[in-house]
Amino acid sequence: MDCSSSTMGLDYEESPHVLAVDDSLVDRKLIESLLKNSNCIVTTAENGQRALELLGLGDRQHIINKKKKKKKDSKVNLIITDYCMPGMTGYELLKKLKESSDLKEIPVVIVSSENVPTRIKKCMKEGAQEFMLKPLQQSDIKKLRCHMTKFSKPTNGKLCMGS
Amino acid sequence: MDSVVQLQRQLADYTTSLYNEGILDEQFTQLQQLQDESNPEFVVEVVSLFFEDSQRLLNEVTTALDQQSVDFTKVDAHVHQLKGSSSSIGAQRVQKLCIFFRNYCEDHNIEECRKCLQQVRIEYTLVKNKLQTLFKVTRAANSSRWWVNSYAMRGKEAKSREESEMGVQNL
Repeated sequence: MDCSSSTMGLDYEESPHVLAVDDSLVDRKLIESLLKNSNCIVTTAENGQRALELLGLGDRQHIINKKKKKKKDSKVNLIITDYCMPGMTGYELLKKLKESSDLKEIPVVIVSSENVPTRIKKCMKEGAQEFMLKPLQQSDIKKLRCHMTKFSKPTNGKLCMGS
Repeated sequence: MDSVVQLQRQLADYTTSLYNEGILDEQFTQLQQLQDESNPEFVVEVVSLFFEDSQRLLNEVTTALDQQSVDFTKVDAHVHQLKGSSSSIGAQRVQKLCIFFRNYCEDHNIEECRKCLQQVRIEYTLVKNKLQTLFKVTRAANSSRWWVNSYAMRGKEAKSREESEMGVQNL
């Protein structure tokens, strides 16, 4: 089950950049640690609006674009968002992302504490890559890490050796 | 040396009892596994956030239930958040109570909601005290081991100092 890009001979960066969106401070801290433990670079946002701003879709777009010019590797490889959030839900955020020509290619994973089949169906239909149950564990992140390699280089099919 | 072993044993026994009593579940183990040299205070940090967050939520729920006309959607939203954060740190009993609490919110049953709030406060206080004790015992065990390490090093030559450090780390 070796997902290491070095054995594949790719020049893919070993540290994917993940944007984690969750209104809970406890969960943001937890997911940040889980992701860093898997060699990911993490940015967190406390709501959908903030997430969109960081991605360059918000009202403060001109500020984010300025920052982007300075940073070379600000590209986000994966977005993980909580479903239940006040204001904009994870589902609504997903929809907005898929409506954007710039951002629709970024894989989005929805997480929720509730296992509701209709909710899961709805998210997958809207283009979510995966739906996971909270609380997240290291094994869940390992699974996602494998997917991230695949998403980053969609033309190469031989990225994930196992599940 | 005996005191170090004793403290370590106390720590292990105490931790086991928390799991056996259902106060903590395997999610807490996940937190402990995320703690390492690069993140040495992780568990304390996350749990501290949980304490702050829970206190705020419990206060909000109390206020909401005290209103003339109770907004059950609001109460439910706060309880949902508390359920989430308690689940994330492994505070099993608090999480389970929140599930019942949400059912009563759905039924708009104010009496049961108030009873539930009391129970949640009791279980939250319990897990808070238990975790604070756990952190205390952990600090004592780690500190005691540090003292033993430095005492062992003091009486040795620089060369054998390296050897004993290696030996101590393997304990």
